[in-house]
Amino acid sequence: MKNNNNSENHTNSMELIFDSKSENESFARVVVAAFCARLDPTLEEISDIKTAVSEAVTNCVVHGYEGGPGKIRLKCILDENELTVEVHDDGVGIDDIGQAMEPMYTSKPQLERSGMGFSFMEAFMDELEVKSGKHCGTTVTMKKRIGVNN
Amino acid sequence: MQEANVSPNEKSEVKHTDYLYMVTDKMLVISMIAELDHHLADEMREVIDHVIDERGVNDIIFDFSRIGFMDSAGIGLIMGRYKKIRDRGNIYVAGAGDGISRILLISGLHKLVTSCSDVSDAAKKIIEKARER
Repeated sequence: MKNNNNSENHTNSMELIFDSKSENESFARVVVAAFCARLDPTLEEISDIKTAVSEAVTNCVVHGYEGGPGKIRLKCILDENELTVEVHDDGVGIDDIGQAMEPMYTSKPQLERSGMGFSFMEAFMDELEVKSGKHCGTTVTMKKRIGVNN
Repeated sequence: MQEANVSPNEKSEVKHTDYLYMVTDKMLVISMIAELDHHLADEMREVIDHVIDERGVNDIIFDFSRIGFMDSAGIGLIMGRYKKIRDRGNIYVAGAGDGISRILLISGLHKLVTSCSDVSDAAKKIIEKARER
């Protein structure tokens, strides 16, 4: 974890690489919540961030690596009051991002996925960007400004 | 997580580290202790379905009073159980705080489940409904 103590520079960043395992979903969302804690987010903002991170990491585990082994990279940047979260996997990638992002769409209905993952990320964060290609992995970048919506 | 203590009386309570469940008559109460995400949902699904089939469960109470977080995997879990029992019973959500209530609302699931302040409130509603039948 890098911490820039220069008072002129209000950015802070961290990067974490962990195994694609479902038990790391809770680990990832708690880490991000703790990382942005110094911005003094409201309970609602923490809940929004935790949900979005949980959805993104779950997608890596369930879809990116399809339950198999792999590494997930979580990157966070704090710039002033804006949190950027990047979740990356080197998994199978998404064929059709537009379709994947449709509410209620799921490529794995047999696994009882609700198809709400991207919708939740969109609803709970201010910005969402998904970059993916077949066999190129997937990178989800989400931004949220803390302390502005209240 | 595999540890199970089944008490010998009619009510049975099975303890796991992340959740516990109890069956009384045709009512299943599931109390989550860990946050309800994909990890826990996968852990619970088979166990719950087995109990529903084995004990002929009609109504299910999801007790959220001990946790404050649920993501879309929780929606999938509740939706799946709703489809399973809707012909004979209902799903009750007890003790949901602001965070979980918001997830239920955004997903539209609040229209399919009955929200209750706590488990005993939900149990009362189930008993009343059974009398009406």
